[in-house]
Amino acid sequence: MDHRPQAWGRPRDDIYGAYDGSYLQTTGPKQNTQAPVVTGTSVVALKFKDGVVIAADNLASYGSLARFTDVKRLRVFLDTSVVGFGGDVSDMQYLDRHLNELAIDESYETDPSAPDAGALNAANLHKYLQKLMYKRRNDFDPLWNQILVAGLDSGSKPFLASVDLRGTAFSSPSLASGFGAALAQPIMRKYAATEEDAAKLSREDAVKVVQECMKVLYYRDARSMDKYSIAVVTKEGVELKEDEQLEKQSWAFAERIRGYGTQTV
Amino acid sequence: MFRNNYDNDSVTFSPQGRIFQVEYAAEAVKQGSVVVGITSKKHVVLVALKRNAEELSSYQKKIFAIDEHAGIAIAGLTSDARVLSNFMKQQCLGHRLTYGRDLPVRTLVDMIGAKAQQNTQQYGKRPYGVGLLIAGVDEQGPHLFEFQPSGMTEEMVAFAIGARSQMARTYLEKNLELFADCSREELIAHGLKALKESLVQDRELTIENTSVGVTGFSKADDGSTKVEQFKVFDGQEVNGWIESVADDKAAAEGESMEVDG
Repeated sequence: MDHRPQAWGRPRDDIYGAYDGSYLQTTGPKQNTQAPVVTGTSVVALKFKDGVVIAADNLASYGSLARFTDVKRLRVFLDTSVVGFGGDVSDMQYLDRHLNELAIDESYETDPSAPDAGALNAANLHKYLQKLMYKRRNDFDPLWNQILVAGLDSGSKPFLASVDLRGTAFSSPSLASGFGAALAQPIMRKYAATEEDAAKLSREDAVKVVQECMKVLYYRDARSMDKYSIAVVTKEGVELKEDEQLEKQSWAFAERIRGYGTQTV
Repeated sequence: MFRNNYDNDSVTFSPQGRIFQVEYAAEAVKQGSVVVGITSKKHVVLVALKRNAEELSSYQKKIFAIDEHAGIAIAGLTSDARVLSNFMKQQCLGHRLTYGRDLPVRTLVDMIGAKAQQNTQQYGKRPYGVGLLIAGVDEQGPHLFEFQPSGMTEEMVAFAIGARSQMARTYLEKNLELFADCSREELIAHGLKALKESLVQDRELTIENTSVGVTGFSKADDGSTKVEQFKVFDGQEVNGWIESVADDKAAAEGESMEVDG
């Protein structure tokens, strides 16, 4: 017998072999999301006279790899609002399932004879998402998205607002997430710098401006794609087109770009 | 001696299929003083008769504001109503915080319905000994709901619960068609008249024993409609309404009321 107290109660190495340390936990403490993995790029949205236009391309990137080319990043809520997601795609899918659940619960509460009255509108939805995102950031387990909510408020006026992974919320006549905040916002502000300007904008013009923004983003954002979704939200409901193609591209400007790539000059 | 063996708890059915504890709780509602609720297209009104335990004591409140858009009138155990009222206040506040809107009235009522029903289904619990009339407005308009200790809830055009409430209900049934197009003031007058029907002989409505709660839609300055915050009127504030339905006045106004109808 081994008389050393340290060895008491332990399996003897000479009989059982040395202890196999690989059974011990090799991972560290539980870690929540530290960085997004599969990501969607910008979402752009613009208010007009009687609604909101919102668009996002159909690409999900894995780092710089254009991994999935048919990801729909605009989601319709209760046929009255549209939610556009930038950032982590798996968190987007989680939120999408969560919002579908919310929509089903909500439809049980509302009167089927007057489905429009009393349902959650875009302003309510945005408030809810803001609380959800802020709760998750306080749990140190954020949902890695920037979200744009487009629809109508309780007074049936156009509503557009953003919330990000920290729960920071704000609204503006035009909004763009990600790269779009730098590239698309200045273009949209030319047409709708204030609420008053946006209230003068026609639907056709707003759609044209947003399409132009998507084109500029495709020219300049290396994580973007020329296939995109665009939705128009008005009192009449949501018109969502998920398989749009960027038209009338002109890459002539690319000739003049100097300073990176394989050029030597 | 005959003794009922099936009323010891709220989870045992009698052979006749009754749950006595729940029925006793419903009896507690009938002991409470009468409360009346009426809806029109624009407003919903609660009217209540307050009681004082003795001459020297104050009158027990009967109508409570729950949130900006909703309130309740109670008949039965006030302490049980307090629990339900606190619960409803919390739910309304929580909903306002997460969604930025008023909690729809039916959703609110369903919540206390479910809460009360659970008490009739679990050993060791007892039903709430209180009935409520819940008045509120939401996007779908004004609503009045009845709540019973069994957990039953039902939407009503007009209703009365509490002691001698049958007399008030008879008045409401007789005037049912008039309510929809009533103005705010007319609706309160109908409520007070219904309440008077339930009074015992020689008793009258006074500013001490009468309570009124109102919510509804009113016209804003810019012509749009806005929600009139639920407010409870007591004491001197109800004087004008009581006078307008006083017996001598009613006799004088009897003809003009007929014309309105």
